[in-house]
Amino acid sequence: MRFRNLISVLVFLFILVFAVKAQDDGVTITIVAHDSFNVSEETLNIFQEESGITIEILRAGDAGQVVNQSVLSAGNPLGDVLFGVDNTFLSRALNAEIFIPYESPLLENVDEQFILDEDYNVTPIDYGDVCINYDIPYFEENELAVPESLAELTAPEYAGLLVVENPATSSPGLAFLMATVAEFGEPSDDNDYSYLDFWSDLVANDVLIAEDWSTAYFGNFTQGSEDGTYPLVVSYASSPPFTYNEELDSATTASIVADGTCFRQIEFAGILDGTEHEAEAQQVIDWMLSVEFQQEVPDQMYVFPVNNEAELPELFAEYAQIPDVPADLAYEAIEENRDTWIQSWLETVVD
Amino acid sequence: MRLHKLLWYGLMSVPLLFLAIFFFYPLISIFSFSLIDNGAIDLSGFVTLVTRPLYRETLLRTTWQATLSTLLTIGLALPAAYVFTRYQFRGKSLLLSLTTLPFVLPTVVVATAFMAIVGPRGFLNEWLMQLFALDEAPIQLRGTLAIILIVHVFYNYAIALRMITGYWSNQSTNIEEAAQVLGAKGFNLWWSIRLPILRPAILAASVLVFIFTFTSFGVILILGDLQFMTLEVQIYYQARNLFNLPLAAALSLVQIMTMLLMMIFYTWLQKNIATSNLQSAKQVARPVKTTGERIFLAANLLFIVILLFTPLLALIARSFIQDGTFTLDYYRALGELDDGSVLAITPLAATINSFRIASITTIAAVILGLISAYLIGGHNRPKWISQIFDPVFMLPLATSAVTLGFGFTIALDEPPLDLRASWWIIPIAHTLVAIPFVVRSVLPAIRAIPENLYEAGAVLGANPFTTWRLIELPLISRGLIVGATFAFTISMGEFGASLFVVRSNSSTMPLVIYRLLGQPGLNNYGQALAMSSLLMLVCMVSFIAIERIRTSGIGEF
Repeated sequence: MRFRNLISVLVFLFILVFAVKAQDDGVTITIVAHDSFNVSEETLNIFQEESGITIEILRAGDAGQVVNQSVLSAGNPLGDVLFGVDNTFLSRALNAEIFIPYESPLLENVDEQFILDEDYNVTPIDYGDVCINYDIPYFEENELAVPESLAELTAPEYAGLLVVENPATSSPGLAFLMATVAEFGEPSDDNDYSYLDFWSDLVANDVLIAEDWSTAYFGNFTQGSEDGTYPLVVSYASSPPFTYNEELDSATTASIVADGTCFRQIEFAGILDGTEHEAEAQQVIDWMLSVEFQQEVPDQMYVFPVNNEAELPELFAEYAQIPDVPADLAYEAIEENRDTWIQSWLETVVD
Repeated sequence: MRLHKLLWYGLMSVPLLFLAIFFFYPLISIFSFSLIDNGAIDLSGFVTLVTRPLYRETLLRTTWQATLSTLLTIGLALPAAYVFTRYQFRGKSLLLSLTTLPFVLPTVVVATAFMAIVGPRGFLNEWLMQLFALDEAPIQLRGTLAIILIVHVFYNYAIALRMITGYWSNQSTNIEEAAQVLGAKGFNLWWSIRLPILRPAILAASVLVFIFTFTSFGVILILGDLQFMTLEVQIYYQARNLFNLPLAAALSLVQIMTMLLMMIFYTWLQKNIATSNLQSAKQVARPVKTTGERIFLAANLLFIVILLFTPLLALIARSFIQDGTFTLDYYRALGELDDGSVLAITPLAATINSFRIASITTIAAVILGLISAYLIGGHNRPKWISQIFDPVFMLPLATSAVTLGFGFTIALDEPPLDLRASWWIIPIAHTLVAIPFVVRSVLPAIRAIPENLYEAGAVLGANPFTTWRLIELPLISRGLIVGATFAFTISMGEFGASLFVVRSNSSTMPLVIYRLLGQPGLNNYGQALAMSSLLMLVCMVSFIAIERIRTSGIGEF
């Protein structure tokens, strides 16, 4: 009796397991992207109808995790196209040879400064400057001066006001770390105040380290969240337009764009080696560079389009700032030292 | 006859083969990964480990946190153990079995539940903010040692309580009575008489609690911050975020070795427990008499109820309340996927996926676990077989889930075993974690089958299969069902290994909860609460099933 019960339970489970199976036909291109990737339903549908390609979007964590996962699954990728590898992680992806080169004809509308890989393994899609954003009303109400350099952030009047992202888990966090490395330099005998000294002071000044950008901005920043208590946040120079307040007829946040305080991040897309639909994947890359897609980039992902034919939205043109002198850090130096910088950073902030 | 033998060997080799491919091979990969680079011995991972203070710190902090958790858990469980041993009161056995509930609750659920009370959006903070008209949540426990310790006590209290109570109930009270006649009381009585008597049980419980808290992962990942990274979290961090695979492998190696030592120590302690002067439990317990005893009893019971049930009730309540009013919105939202959601599939789809994975895991773990149990404890087995294979099948338990997941990602990446993209890698990982539970549940029943039953079967002309089906199976079916329920529950809640092997388009319930918790916004939080409540419900049903079916005790753990 018991035996029969057990058998019927097993049979039931078996049916349950195999009853649900998904079906689809036509070419599907999966875009592996980080969590902040977004495109409007409208633009997506137009592309799907015109090309006959079905797009699936797989958000697989922050930029670093997406790259790491793709490297781990080299040759047997999670999808066909990867979006969101940036200049801080590019070398890791290129070294692992996870891409199939493709030179899009639309690159002729893209400024040369954005094309970092001359073999066209990756295609630039957007860029943004990672800068500190501040809550304008907060600073006015408290009659506090807005800091004008990174070094000022360690001053006692800014204690407990800044939230940053963990560079080990977040790409703006890593970009900000790069800015501090460029500003203060690496520890050496000649350098009496390195980026690590700066970070120790920042920690002593009660900096909050959030796991990712959305937690920092929408969870902890005073202008991003009702629960937020930090009026300074590491975000993008293109974030302020989104805090436009109709009553005030201005944005409630602005970026600190003083020389050397920002780091320019360029985001790329690439065709993943191992895809079965290379031709369709190329179409998707072209689509991402097209004016339609590019014009939406500011509203959907808070960054600037690389295609110089794309027009910026009105608010964006008015409130998004572009720093004159972003932090200067050679791509080769990043490639060589990134992991050491992160490890040392981790050791500094944990102690 | 010869065919029988061949079939028998074939059958026995199935779980061993499974273990060899999916456990030992990934483990060996970790070893070679951390030690060998391009054919030469490479100790760079270990050099980093020794030279960088961070990793010494991680090890020290992990040990410190686990020690504190253990002391706290034992300290709180001791008085309760006294109450459960010495007093008779109504609902005693029910309460004792209820305390084991956390054992089956997934870490993500428990973390969410505690956040529902003491988190920034939790009940406690909401009330305090209303009461004192505050703008900010006054209690900020996230990222503190306090919350980690509280949750660890929540998880391990029952283990300590049951182990000590079980041992104490069987101890003769003669010595204690003699001491009392001679004038020992209060602190003296505890320190010189009771603690020494209980030493084996306290030690064994401590080691077990230490093992569990040392490898704590989900709790730390969700509630802790960088300061409290355990070795386990550090492995995940190094492998997943920093991509320092040699270092992750070196850390895994340290983790495996530590766990192995602790396991050996635990097994040795368990052996000592078996030999002591026994007395029936009934004779020790008596009704409470004085007011002092009543207060002591009430205080302990109150503590248990508060510790165990408030977080779980708060979780359910919070999932139905939005801005002070009742709502089903969070549950409705589980079937939808907003634009820009970080999830690749709806929470509902993840729930269905979890059920499918858990079903396959159950089937696989029951079959493999049953065969393994026979291999270890079947009748006429030479003793050495049991001595060798018993620990072998327990090994996956001693290996942390994160290590397992990490081993999978670096080992199963080449044909013919390229399973990285395969959906099957998830149930395989879960099965590995679940097998020891099935073995432990079935083994006592198999060992208890009297020899003459086999003989009776043979005399009456039954072939071995008929004997098994008609005589053995009915006898072990209870254990088998308990094991199956365990396997199902474990798979539903598995987090550490899943985090490594699951791709976001085949996400499971715990992973969806984790992803939602990591996102800001009330809606994500609400969905995480609703999802956690559902998962908790599933685990509670399993728990009730386990408690009703199994006859006594906590099995062989």
